[in-house]
Amino acid sequence: MRAFSYERAASPADAAARAAEVPGAKFIAGGTNLLDLMKHEIETPLHLIDVRGTGLNDITATEEGGLRVGAMVSNSTLAANPRVREAYGVLSRALVAGASGQLRNKATTGGNLLQRTRCPYFYDTAMPCNKRSPGAGCAALGKGATTRQLGVIGTSDACIATHPSDMAVALQALDARVETVTPEGETRSLTLDAFYQLPGDTPDVENTLAKGEMITGVVLPAPVEGRHAYFKVRDRSSYAFALVSVALIHAPDGTGRVALGGMAPRPWRRDAADAALPQGAAAVMAELLDGARPTEENAYKLTLAERTLAALLAEE
Amino acid sequence: MNAPNSAEQRRDQAPQDVPRSTVTLIVNGTQHTLTLDNRTTLLDTLREHLALTGSKKGCDHGQCGACTVSVNGERINACLTLAVMHEGDEITTIEGVGTVEHLDPMQQAFVANDAFQCGYCTPGQICSANAVLQEIAANIPSHVTADLTATIEITDAEIRERMSGNLCRCGAYANILKAITQVAKERA
Ligand SMILES: Cc1cc2nc3c(=O)[nH]c(=O)nc-3n(C[C@H](O)[C@H](O)[C@H](O)COP(=O)(O)OP(=O)(O)OC[C@H]3O[C@@H](n4cnc5c(N)ncnc54)[C@H](O)[C@@H]3O)c2cc1C
Ligand code: SF4
Ligand code: FES
Ligand code: FES
Repeated sequence: MRAFSYERAASPADAAARAAEVPGAKFIAGGTNLLDLMKHEIETPLHLIDVRGTGLNDITATEEGGLRVGAMVSNSTLAANPRVREAYGVLSRALVAGASGQLRNKATTGGNLLQRTRCPYFYDTAMPCNKRSPGAGCAALGKGATTRQLGVIGTSDACIATHPSDMAVALQALDARVETVTPEGETRSLTLDAFYQLPGDTPDVENTLAKGEMITGVVLPAPVEGRHAYFKVRDRSSYAFALVSVALIHAPDGTGRVALGGMAPRPWRRDAADAALPQGAAAVMAELLDGARPTEENAYKLTLAERTLAALLAEE
Repeated sequence: MNAPNSAEQRRDQAPQDVPRSTVTLIVNGTQHTLTLDNRTTLLDTLREHLALTGSKKGCDHGQCGACTVSVNGERINACLTLAVMHEGDEITTIEGVGTVEHLDPMQQAFVANDAFQCGYCTPGQICSANAVLQEIAANIPSHVTADLTATIEITDAEIRERMSGNLCRCGAYANILKAITQVAKERA
């Protein structure tokens, strides 16, 4: 790990201002992703700004009937919140499907959104990776590469990595918005599609946050009625990242929402696919996965996604 | 030159011209004020600076649970957190759970049920196991909880799922489950 200086920020605005001003600064919250990457020297910040003391620890009701979740709320606390369990079940389910009890106690709402990909070549510093070193090339697109975990849609010729978060898939289904504060003290509110950026030619740029901009929280709109479910398919039954995951909110009249994890560089959802839900899993996936560009090794994900949704629908 | 092979040597030979911070930790009830290289994880602080070698380093990347300790009453992986981030925190390691003369009921149950072979994962398993029973008592849901709004029952499936962050290379899982179940029953 490279050496770094350390400070504790007392407010989100101070943290953002300091992050813009100090060269090589990065925020640290739970540290469960950043420290892992710093040990590999994939992340090499010169200065860490500890944001856990910025007062963003609460889950509060909004005037619109939804919830505002502070960026420092832990994944355990969010999953166990009574209002979330009762009205946003898909979110509780996605959270407890991720990582381990120990990690969820430390992982924060903001940090979870910004965790980096689990592409094996991103982690292997001996291999070329455009996300790690822009312009170096992509080992995952090389001959004979292992790509079974990697993305099938929304990817580019520069990068086919997926976003690994389970929580973000549920947030996508819930139409959640990410709230931020800029170094100038201005606030912004973004949909997940506006927050996450697809790789294109610059897979090192993963989101639309400005330099120093800090996530202050996530806002859930008023709850959507219906059955909430999250089905995660992985290589072992616990403590593993998703190969494919499906977040489903299914109303009694057959309409609803579907978001996918493990498939794309961001949690994947399309309006046209939601509209096809009354016609069943195949109709949904025809819309949702239109334009997919799988590799030979990960084309199974297209079938698996459809079957995973079909299995969820068959439970009803 | 040989690589440093003891905590003392590693400390003595560590570069001194790197950013350091002073932090006060309360470990197993005793207050310690330390000035550390900012990079020092909580796990290395416990093992290399406080000679509390019960917490183990299996992977150093959050993947095995051997370093599980309790911080302010919650279990975490000590390898994925920095000591400087724990100013004033109360940390309980396996050394604070029980002693050879006065074993904690969970330690006793691990012995009685033969819940280990080499023992390397055991401190983490025991710290996690005690936390698991507290988390179920606090009605915190898990991946296998069928009804998110009902009271959670202690079942084999609940214990297995909640212990999934603690790997055991010797494969003592069946007896670890027995030990935890025994303690849960004693408390019921
Ligand atoms: C072994 C293992 C297994 C895992 N399995 C899963 C899994 O199955 N599913 C899953 O979803 N996740 C999994 N995770 C990932 C885990 O969920 C993330 O590490 C965690 O959510 C990150 O949150 P954090 O608070 O620790 O972030 P940190 O590590 O503190 O930060 C992550 C990034 O976010 C930035 N950041 C943090 N907070 C803010 C903020 N408020 N504003 C702006 N930037 C910020 C940091 O600068 C850093 O770049 C796993 C992790 C491990 C180690
Ligand atoms: S897929 Fe993306 S993250 Fe993986 S090696 Fe290629 S550029 Fe890097
Ligand atoms: S040493 Fe911390 S999880 Fe393995
Ligand atoms: S007893 Fe040997 S690793 Fe668990």
